[in-house]
Amino acid sequence: MSFEVLAFLFMLSMFLGLELIAKVPSQLHTPLMSGSNAISGITLIGAMVLAGHSGGSTFALILAAVAVFFASINVVGGYLVTDRMLEMFKKKDDKKGGER
Amino acid sequence: MDSIRILLLLVAAACFIMGLKLLGRPETARRGNLVSSLGMLCAVLGTALVVWEGHGSFTPILIGILAGAVVGIPTAKKVKMTAMPEMVALFNGFGGIASLLVGWSQLHSMNVSGGVQFLSFFGGISIFLAMLIGGITFTGSLVAFGKLAGHIPTRPILLPNQNLINGAVLLLVLVGAVFFGLHPDQYWIFLIAAVISLGMGITAVIPIGGADMPVVISLLNSYSGLAACAAGLAVQNNLLIITGALVGASGIILTNIMCKAMNRSLANVLFSGFGAVTSGGAGGGGQEKKEAKSKTPEDVYYLLEAANSVVFIPGYGMAVAQAQHAVRELADILMENGTDVKFAIHPVAGRMPGHMNVLLAEANVDYDQLVTMDDINPIIDTIDVAVVIGANDVVNPAARDDPDSPIYGMPIIEADRAKTVLILKRSLGSGFAGIDNPLFYLDNGYMVFGDAKKTLEAIVAEFKED
Repeated sequence: MSFEVLAFLFMLSMFLGLELIAKVPSQLHTPLMSGSNAISGITLIGAMVLAGHSGGSTFALILAAVAVFFASINVVGGYLVTDRMLEMFKKKDDKKGGER
Repeated sequence: MDSIRILLLLVAAACFIMGLKLLGRPETARRGNLVSSLGMLCAVLGTALVVWEGHGSFTPILIGILAGAVVGIPTAKKVKMTAMPEMVALFNGFGGIASLLVGWSQLHSMNVSGGVQFLSFFGGISIFLAMLIGGITFTGSLVAFGKLAGHIPTRPILLPNQNLINGAVLLLVLVGAVFFGLHPDQYWIFLIAAVISLGMGITAVIPIGGADMPVVISLLNSYSGLAACAAGLAVQNNLLIITGALVGASGIILTNIMCKAMNRSLANVLFSGFGAVTSGGAGGGGQEKKEAKSKTPEDVYYLLEAANSVVFIPGYGMAVAQAQHAVRELADILMENGTDVKFAIHPVAGRMPGHMNVLLAEANVDYDQLVTMDDINPIIDTIDVAVVIGANDVVNPAARDDPDSPIYGMPIIEADRAKTVLILKRSLGSGFAGIDNPLFYLDNGYMVFGDAKKTLEAIVAEFKED
C-alpha cells in the first residue's frame, strides 16, 4: 500500500475520531479514556505480524514477542477495567428492577 | 481465505468506530466497550490469518498473548476503584512500549535482511516516530503512575532551564528523525534516539503537578493512540492506522475538555510547573488573614439535621480517604430526613477525568444526584449547607476574585456562596498547588478537621444516636 493512501487514511480517521467523541458527558470521561486506552492496544496486531514473520532474526522476534506481551496486557486489562467501571454505573438501575 | 481476512479486519474497524460512539452515551457505554472488544477479537483473528497464510510461527504470538493475559486479567480484576487513575496510566504505558518495540523489531529485521536499503523516507520516519512517541508514552505514563500511586512526590519537580533543555532535546530528536528518514541504514541514530525518547517521557511529566494529572493522563492516552498509528505506518497496516488515529483523537478531545475546565492552555500545563513557580505570590493576602473557625461532628449534625438542601463537593481528598461509601451513607440518611441532597462535581476534581464519578458510582450514588459545575453555580446561594470533602483548588474563591492568584480565571464551584460551607480537611495546609484558600476564613465557612472518612462516620453516628 502506498504511503499516500495510508496518510489519507490517517487524516480521515483523525477527523472521524474528533466527530465521534465530540460530546461526552463528564460522567463517562474515565470509561472513555480507559476504553480508548484498551483500543490503543491495537498495536498488538502489528506486533503479531512481526512475531509471526521475523525475517530470520531471533532478536527481532524476541522484540516482537515482548511487544505482543505488553500490548496484550493493555488490551485485556484495559477492556476488563473499563467493563468493571461501567458495570458500577449500571448497578443502580439493575437494583431498581430486581428489588426484592 | 483472503476475503475472510479482509472481512474480519473491516468488521474490526467498524466495531471500533461503533464502540467509541456508544461509549459516549451513558445508556450504551457498556455495550460500546463490548462492541469494541469484539472488534479487537476480529482484528486478532484476521491478523492470525495473515500469519497463517504466510506460514508464520504462532508460538511467540501465543506465548506473548497468554503471558499478557496472565498478568492483565488478575490485575484488572483486583485493582481498587480508588487506584484506577494509576492503573489506566500503567496500561497506557504498556501500549506505548509495545509501539516502540514494534518499530524496533521492524527495523532490526529489515537490517538483518538488507531490506533497510529500500526503506523510503516516510517509511523511515514512521519507524522513528513509532519509537519516539511510544517511548515518551511509556516512561511518561510510568512517571504518571508513580506520582498517582504515591511512589514519586506529586509536587512539580523542576530542573533549572528545564523548558530550554526539553526544547533543545526535542529539536535534536526531530533533526534526528529527518536524518534517519534519509539514511535509515544508520541504526545507531535509532538506538540513541530510543534512549533519548525514554528520557524525554520522564522529563516531560516530572515537572507536572498532581492537580494537573487529568490533563497529563488524557494527553498520554492520545499519545498511545498516535504511537500505534505510527507503528501502523511503519508496518503498513491500515487497521492500526485507523484505530490509532481514533484513540489519538479521543485523547485530544479529553485533553481539551480538561484544559478548558482549568481555564489554562495545554502549553501552560505542560511547561509552567504549576505550583513550583507560584509560591512567591501567596504572601499578598497574608496580612488580612482571619482565623479559621472549626466545628465538631456534633455541631455538623445539628447543622445538617436542620438543612433543607445539602450539596457535597468531593475532591481528591475523598479518594485518598476512601470516604465515598461514608458520604453515600450520610447522603442516604439526609434524604430520609427529607433533605434535598446533591453531589456537585468539578470536571478536574481528582486525578483523572471523571475520577469522582467513578468513585461515587462505586459507592452506589444515584446518577440523578450528580450535578455539574454549570448546573450548581446558578442555584448555589439557595443551598443551606455545602460540604467540601477533600477538594481545595476547585472551590477556591481566589480563582474568581483575586487577579494575583495563580489559579485566577479557573472556573470553580462557588461553594462560598452557599449559606454555610463545611470544609472537611486534615489540616489548614494549603492545597496541592500551594495556594492559600480564602474559603477557609469566610464568615459562613467552618473547618471540620480530621480524616474525611472518620469525620463522616462520626456524623453518621450522631444521626443514628438520635
